Amino acid sequence: MGYRLGVDVGGTFTDLLLFNTENGAFWRHKTPSTPHDSSEGILTGVTAICGDAGVDPKGIEYFLHGTTVATNAVLEGKGARVGLIVTDGYRDIMQIARSYVPGGLAAWIIWPKPTPLAALEDTVTVGGRMTAQGQEFRSLDETSARAALTKLKDQGVEAITVSFMNAYANGAHEARVGELAREIMPDIPISLSHEVLPEMQEYERTLTTVANAAVRPVVGKYVSNLRSKLAHSGFAGKLSLLRSDGGLMSAEKAEEHPVNILMSGPAGGVTGALWVGKNAGIRNILTLDVGGTSTDVALIENLEPRRVRTTEVGHLAVRASSLDVKTVGAGGGSIAYVPELTKALRVGPQSAGAVPGPVAYGKGGEAPTVTDANVVLGYLPENLLGGSFQLDREGAKKAVQTIADALGIDLMAAARGIIDIVNENMFGALRMISVQQGYDPRHFALMGFGGAGPLHVNAVARLMGSWPAVSPVSPGVLCALGDATTRMRTETARSFSRLATTTDAAELIGILKEMTEQTRAELQSDGISDADISSEFEIDVRYAGQAFEVPLNITPDVLERDGVDGILKRFDAEHLRLFTFNMDTPHEIVNLRAVALGQALDLPAAELPKGDGKPIAAKMRDHKLWMDGKEQAAVIYDRSKLRQGDIIPGPAIVVEMDSTTLIETGCVATVDKVGNILINLVGGA
Amino acid sequence: MAATIIQTNTTPFAKKPIDPVTLDIIENALRNARIEMDATLVRTAMSPGIREQGDAFPLIADHTGKMIVGQFGSFIGGFLDNWEGTLEDGDMIFLSDPYSCAGAVSHSNDWLVLLPVFKDGRLIAYTSMFGHQSDIGGKVVGSMPINARSIFEEGVRVPPVKIWKKGEYNDDLIKLVMHQTRKPDWCQADLNALIASCRVAARRVIEMAARFGDDIYISATQELLARNHRAMKSLIAMAIGEEPVSFEDYICDDGMGAGPYKIKCTMWREGEKVVLDFTGTDPQSQASINFYLNENMFKMFFGIYMIMVFDPQILFNDGFYDLIDVRIPEGSLLKPKFPAALSGRTHALGRIFDILGGLLGQKTPEFLNAAGFSSSPHLFYSGNDKKGDWFQLFQIGFGGIPGRPMGDGPDGHSLWPGFTNVPNEFLERYFPLIIERYETEPDSGGAGLHRGGNGIHMTYRFLAAGTISIHDDRWFVPPWGVNGGEPGKRARKILEKSDGTSRIIGNKVEEVHVDEDDQLHFITWGGGGWGDPLDRDPALVGKEIVQGLVTAEGAKDYGIIANVDGVVDIAASETLRSKLRLERGALPLFNYGPDIEHLRANCKAETGLAAPVQPMWTTLEAAE
Repeated sequence: MGYRLGVDVGGTFTDLLLFNTENGAFWRHKTPSTPHDSSEGILTGVTAICGDAGVDPKGIEYFLHGTTVATNAVLEGKGARVGLIVTDGYRDIMQIARSYVPGGLAAWIIWPKPTPLAALEDTVTVGGRMTAQGQEFRSLDETSARAALTKLKDQGVEAITVSFMNAYANGAHEARVGELAREIMPDIPISLSHEVLPEMQEYERTLTTVANAAVRPVVGKYVSNLRSKLAHSGFAGKLSLLRSDGGLMSAEKAEEHPVNILMSGPAGGVTGALWVGKNAGIRNILTLDVGGTSTDVALIENLEPRRVRTTEVGHLAVRASSLDVKTVGAGGGSIAYVPELTKALRVGPQSAGAVPGPVAYGKGGEAPTVTDANVVLGYLPENLLGGSFQLDREGAKKAVQTIADALGIDLMAAARGIIDIVNENMFGALRMISVQQGYDPRHFALMGFGGAGPLHVNAVARLMGSWPAVSPVSPGVLCALGDATTRMRTETARSFSRLATTTDAAELIGILKEMTEQTRAELQSDGISDADISSEFEIDVRYAGQAFEVPLNITPDVLERDGVDGILKRFDAEHLRLFTFNMDTPHEIVNLRAVALGQALDLPAAELPKGDGKPIAAKMRDHKLWMDGKEQAAVIYDRSKLRQGDIIPGPAIVVEMDSTTLIETGCVATVDKVGNILINLVGGA
Repeated sequence: MAATIIQTNTTPFAKKPIDPVTLDIIENALRNARIEMDATLVRTAMSPGIREQGDAFPLIADHTGKMIVGQFGSFIGGFLDNWEGTLEDGDMIFLSDPYSCAGAVSHSNDWLVLLPVFKDGRLIAYTSMFGHQSDIGGKVVGSMPINARSIFEEGVRVPPVKIWKKGEYNDDLIKLVMHQTRKPDWCQADLNALIASCRVAARRVIEMAARFGDDIYISATQELLARNHRAMKSLIAMAIGEEPVSFEDYICDDGMGAGPYKIKCTMWREGEKVVLDFTGTDPQSQASINFYLNENMFKMFFGIYMIMVFDPQILFNDGFYDLIDVRIPEGSLLKPKFPAALSGRTHALGRIFDILGGLLGQKTPEFLNAAGFSSSPHLFYSGNDKKGDWFQLFQIGFGGIPGRPMGDGPDGHSLWPGFTNVPNEFLERYFPLIIERYETEPDSGGAGLHRGGNGIHMTYRFLAAGTISIHDDRWFVPPWGVNGGEPGKRARKILEKSDGTSRIIGNKVEEVHVDEDDQLHFITWGGGGWGDPLDRDPALVGKEIVQGLVTAEGAKDYGIIANVDGVVDIAASETLRSKLRLERGALPLFNYGPDIEHLRANCKAETGLAAPVQPMWTTLEAAE
């Protein structure tokens, strides 16, 4: 008997999903998060879900966890106090950052400058210099290094980072300072930039190293606390955390390199969508994860999610791989308002959050939100969460009426206006990851999840031309499902920065081999047998002189067969697709990356009983909702009673414990064999 | 003569009523299209100026040429009035000559492409983008000779021409243009990038029109313009008085020994209109610091400053233009006569923003920031490296952001939207350079309750002999403080020779020879301070000493006595603060520092440079 338990801790709820690896049966559970100590909520959930399933915690082999603990440490400035040692002349590296002020002309007037992650008081300089070619230009001043370390020790820093100019090309000085640091303060963790990120660009490398050091103690404490509590409750399996790039890493590795789990939260949804896609036979997916304050979107092509080399957390862009997830400030709690001056209808980015929340939640919210508009229109029927939670429709109406009055239109038009605008904002985010990257959204399905995703997925699919619109099984806990169903992953990258004309394939193959061994060794040290590990490679290419590179997948075999020219041909094709032109300029090979992956899990999904196409057994009641400018008759269904092959004509609403799916007029939904709801245009594809 | 627009479908657009929701959706979609233009550009451009630093500006206009999204306002109306040719589907305009587009681009380095967008035979929009080319030929590397006496010395000048004509690319034209530059590879890539950006935006506009219907789309653009008009009308009535207010500031020098040059603007309201009058601005310079200021561009700057505060989500567009009357005297520094040199216009362009801030702030304190827009400090370094290969670098630096109502000005940040610095490891990898120092300059930000941002002290060690040129300003007339804040410190440049000797060099110099292992200290100005420095929290002053942002000596400007470790002597500080409060008079709204005569008299002693002499205009009347 094998069980995998996925646990996703969000701001409001902790979601759990217990998966039986043999038959695909699963149980899900939602419990309030306990921000003062997340493990409490987790434990409550574990006890409950094990009880539901009749499973002893001892029977859980894997505890797989997406967490925002590292994210929040950065966002809330609750990381460790980091001492930063930099090259002489670079003390203000974090203070100046990249000199960039976000926003348009005159935005500097209202820009609050963030405080650096390593305080300037705790930043000290040391003499010694490497060149860009990796040669020593000035020897390391060990006296100043000792003085710097002693000073930081006296100031009481909790972690040390060393980031010297050009250390990506030669890390010897950093390594030496690391030795001295261990001698002077043996108990303090030390991060060296050339080890954390051996890549060019001093600010980004330093920031990444500092971010890693800052969150390390927080993550360490979190993991050990969780581990001991789980052990106490009888759990004896493996604890792994979800990386920002959608793979898993052992908890031990996460403690060392927490920079890799900064966007662990949103990655869960994407990996969940992957699993759903695999079982539903849908290979190209745009994801739409709608939460209370924001919406995350991502692109999956041929069951492979797009990744980027940068993880963005708040205002910081850290150099660590993550899934290319874009976030817009548009969610169920987004507040609608009409500025006096322009009389325009705006929705978000301000949000009513969890407290006070939308007016309809009756917790003191007064500002009209997207959720309120959904309630007014009848898209969100009046009982959520299986009836335990009554919505205040009259209150919502009153709030939305203020918008209607300000715009001089009627209540329903205002409510639908709010929905249209928030859908448009989501559409904008989806365009950024699809059309703007050269992908045609009409070749993708749109999958909506998170609390409110299935409410909006149909309308947004219409804007995108992305069909079917998918409401996956258990959309409310898809992140936890993703945690439970993805696989181990690790990667390493190196700057190469040479013209293609001076590079031969054999040299590249040699380096890739080295990197392969390094990454495989890492997974082996987590107890994965070599036979279960697979390796992948990427080479970043650009026209010499460009700032952005195009990553290309490669294998040593293909490299051997097609040579460097083969890569360049593919680059030209990709550049043409993305930017509509090619150039005669020489090519530069910028970075090399190797990825090692644990065994892909072939986890089945449980099939629903076969139906006769008629969902009548699942019908809860008749309903009225507002759509296409008029009131329309609709039907509400209970999702748990749907069978495979059921066909649901729009307009209709499908409710379940923690989510509601809206099927619009002119559309029709089919339930697939594992319970996903696939919505298409009537007479459409 | 005006442009002849050839449409195969001459059905006029029907005006359709637009519901507010559709309008907002179209507004958002246009905003996204603009972001997409930027993204396309930086990914494909090659010159560090555009790809690393973001020196480029996009625009989407309606079918009459009015800007719907963008930052610098539309020049298209003026262009169409002067274009004596046809404009039809498949055409694309390319230009760089400021004199033939009424200053839409203000020096020849800015290359602009303009794409009329046709759908089903009708003109429905224009998309356009311009970007700064690192080299367009001419007498100096980088093509911005500070000592040019006419625009003919400033490299290739492209009048409006069709780079694409009815779908056919004019290869010969581009060959001819590229033949003039020292960096045809960068220019070609950047031009491709500009074109790709315009095409992307055109595609989005066409999709939008297809989605909503052409009439709805066009009607929406008109309503967006009208909405802006209404918003600005009430803003103007609220914030601008009928009583004229003036503000003046200076460009320090022209790089040829003369200066400072005064820019003056007077503002008042006449009914619903605001008048912005530059009478009193000095006549044009004989060197290249002239700034051919497009009136519409200035209207846009004005509007952005106004709108920013009230509804920052609003999309800036041209809708309010007829509410603003900009008057710039012919032959002045801001409207020089052909063929005056223009390449060094960055200083006046920056100064315009300080003037705008000062002008608006006199009546509306929520607008009042200190001064900080010096210019975009430029460094050029070129030569042959040890292998004999030619290299040339053009780099834009940053100073301190001024003290603001909301708090301190950030140290060493950009006042220009979207600009970033070039990573020093990038410079060291691709140029014979070691950047020995990249830190903020302590005490350079003006003292204030909110400190002005510090300038940057950047030290270049040259690993190959070559030549450098420098363009910077705010070295003579300091950036002013407000509401009791002190002025920021001025910019300076020091060349430290490999033999250990040092000399001060000018802030606008051309083609200075440097030897291997020479070091250049490129120090920029600090932002002005905001509010009374004696009210700043002593503990914060102490902390900034520890942080190295303020020195113990500099702390005295805040009335703080502290040691080098930032330990504040509270009693001594209290005494000093009381004494300073007694001695000084009422705090002025603006603190410009010493007047021009005093600055001149002390120039050599304070800056190490000879004072600029009063410019003489023998051939031109002062622009009164």
